[in-house]
Amino acid sequence: MSLQPFTQVSGQAAPFLAANVDTDVIMPKQFLKGIDRQGLDRGVFFDLRFLPDGRPNPDFVLNQTAWQGASFLVVGPNFGCGSSREHAVWGLQQLGVRALIGSNFAGIFYDNCQRNGVLLITLEEAQVQRIGTLVGEAETARLSIDLQAQQIGLADGSVIDFQIDALRKTSLLLGLDAIGSTLQRREQIHEFERQHLASNPWLS
Amino acid sequence: MSPRTLYDKHIDSHTVCRLDDQGHVLLYIDRQVINEYTSPQAFSGLRAAGREVWRPGTALAVVDHVNPTTPVRIAAMPDAGGARQVSYLAENCRDFGIELLDILDKRQGIEHVIAPEQGFILPGMVIAAGDSHTTTYGALGAFGFGIGTSEIEHLLASQTLVYKRLKSLRVTVDGELAPGLTSKDVIMALIGQIGASGATGYAIEFCGSTIDALSVEARMTICNMAVEAGARGAFMAPDEKVFSYLKGKPRAPQGELWDRGVEKWRELRSDPGAVFDREIHFDASGLEPMVTWGTSPDQAAAIGARVPDPQLISDPILRQDMRRALNYMGLEAGMALSDIVISHAFIGSCTNARIEDLRDAASVVRGQRVSEHVRAMIVPGSSEVRAQAEAEGLAQIFLDAGFEWRQSGCSMCLAMNDDVLAPGDRCASSTNRNFEGRQGAGARTHLMSPAMVAAAAISGRLTDIRHFGERP
Repeated sequence: MSLQPFTQVSGQAAPFLAANVDTDVIMPKQFLKGIDRQGLDRGVFFDLRFLPDGRPNPDFVLNQTAWQGASFLVVGPNFGCGSSREHAVWGLQQLGVRALIGSNFAGIFYDNCQRNGVLLITLEEAQVQRIGTLVGEAETARLSIDLQAQQIGLADGSVIDFQIDALRKTSLLLGLDAIGSTLQRREQIHEFERQHLASNPWLS
Repeated sequence: MSPRTLYDKHIDSHTVCRLDDQGHVLLYIDRQVINEYTSPQAFSGLRAAGREVWRPGTALAVVDHVNPTTPVRIAAMPDAGGARQVSYLAENCRDFGIELLDILDKRQGIEHVIAPEQGFILPGMVIAAGDSHTTTYGALGAFGFGIGTSEIEHLLASQTLVYKRLKSLRVTVDGELAPGLTSKDVIMALIGQIGASGATGYAIEFCGSTIDALSVEARMTICNMAVEAGARGAFMAPDEKVFSYLKGKPRAPQGELWDRGVEKWRELRSDPGAVFDREIHFDASGLEPMVTWGTSPDQAAAIGARVPDPQLISDPILRQDMRRALNYMGLEAGMALSDIVISHAFIGSCTNARIEDLRDAASVVRGQRVSEHVRAMIVPGSSEVRAQAEAEGLAQIFLDAGFEWRQSGCSMCLAMNDDVLAPGDRCASSTNRNFEGRQGAGARTHLMSPAMVAAAAISGRLTDIRHFGERP
């Protein structure tokens, strides 16, 4: 399965700067009972996004006019911690989120985003706060990300550079199927496996 | 060759090839454990692409997340979603040749309890599984880490993962634990000290006199919860305790093969002079029983402490987080933690529901009664743990005290089955996560050791195990 390539994307960015937002909060348990990936947009931040009677919570940022349908989230430290559930990423993607900007992300969540073509940008906390403040104003909520140039363009005209591993960058730019790429090394894996099992025969 | 850490050895010995000069490798994975809720889309991906499973015998599947834990075991799932996941897992295991421990199997249980129990995990192995608590296997001198569903598919198809080398962190824990203290208190205190992302980007090697003195099961609790500090792997060098724990387990090697294994596993330790990216020294001798007061595992304190006051926190982000947590938890700054009244007590999960945990809890509960306003449940970590506890008479102790004695599963640790708390319920829990809504929307979780949960169930409030009377 190939992914939607990430090259240049512009859109609204929503600030969601609480620390340690876990994947239970991003995708609660009642949305984990499927065997496919469908319908997970409804579950994203469910307990925050919706009131107990099912209506949208007007206080939640993604329900407010300026940030509805946001393409980006600007998030607090350790976003995506906790459970490995990839449903959290599938849901964010179905909601239209293409990239997240934060100071650090939980490891499994980071890999899950990468494997779905969702770009995670890691910056210093002070820069994240500055972007969060800027996009927190409706008139400056828009930004653009150029992955090839590794730059974020903000509504105040400033540009922020970001770092990303070349391997991850290429894979996101091209929307590569990681399994297909790995299986091109089939013979190499077989050869490794033969030697590995020979020297650790209890693994056979 | 320069001195290497144990982490280096795990990764070097499993590297098929390097993929760049930034630490990415193609990593060979020895074993994976599969559950019903994170695997369906991975199998569907294989089916859609017409791919095979590379080495089906290296995977073991089990139903644990969605099944009920009612005392009488039935094969049928009560809800359509759970039923679909369980039947699809059976179909996938049959079609791809993977062994499945289904709900009626005597070996069924929580994946991270049954895999060591069956001898499926051995020292020196690298294991990945679609569950964050795969770090548990580090207690056996293996290297385990959690992955998402796309990675499960990648692993099923190729026996490998595209992996980026982590930084290394050595945590040396020294000192004798006071009576009543457990490995749960050690890891909770460590998480409290370094924070919920304090080990993000690191693999932790635990060592020191405290770790050496712990049982293998107690070590599992530490490696299990290391992920709550963000660690993407946590392990300990295997010792004689590990070898005797594994010897004779159903899937462990036997005879000459066992001896050859042990000989090699004895070399699984960091070389003298190996350099770690970071070191932490932790004194366990002054430790007190720990409980969480907030909604992140690092929001923890000694039971003798008070609920912290956000106004005393200078960092605005931390202050805001603390306010939010206290608001969700329904707690006032300054109140004594031991004044917090509970409605539920839960002993279960891959963190703390092994036989030693149940023995520990039973020694607290023996001859006592669960408080009138508390609903207390025991969900053994596996069906074998349940049978063992019944054989030892522990089950009767729990039942006599007024606990529910249930079947095995993940249950109320994450409440994907029908063991769910209602809004406002407050639970003393031997689990790993006190996240908002984790045990039910609006429900409040206080993490602690199984003995501390047992004491709370009896007294009806959070209780210092050290002052709970004489333990037999």
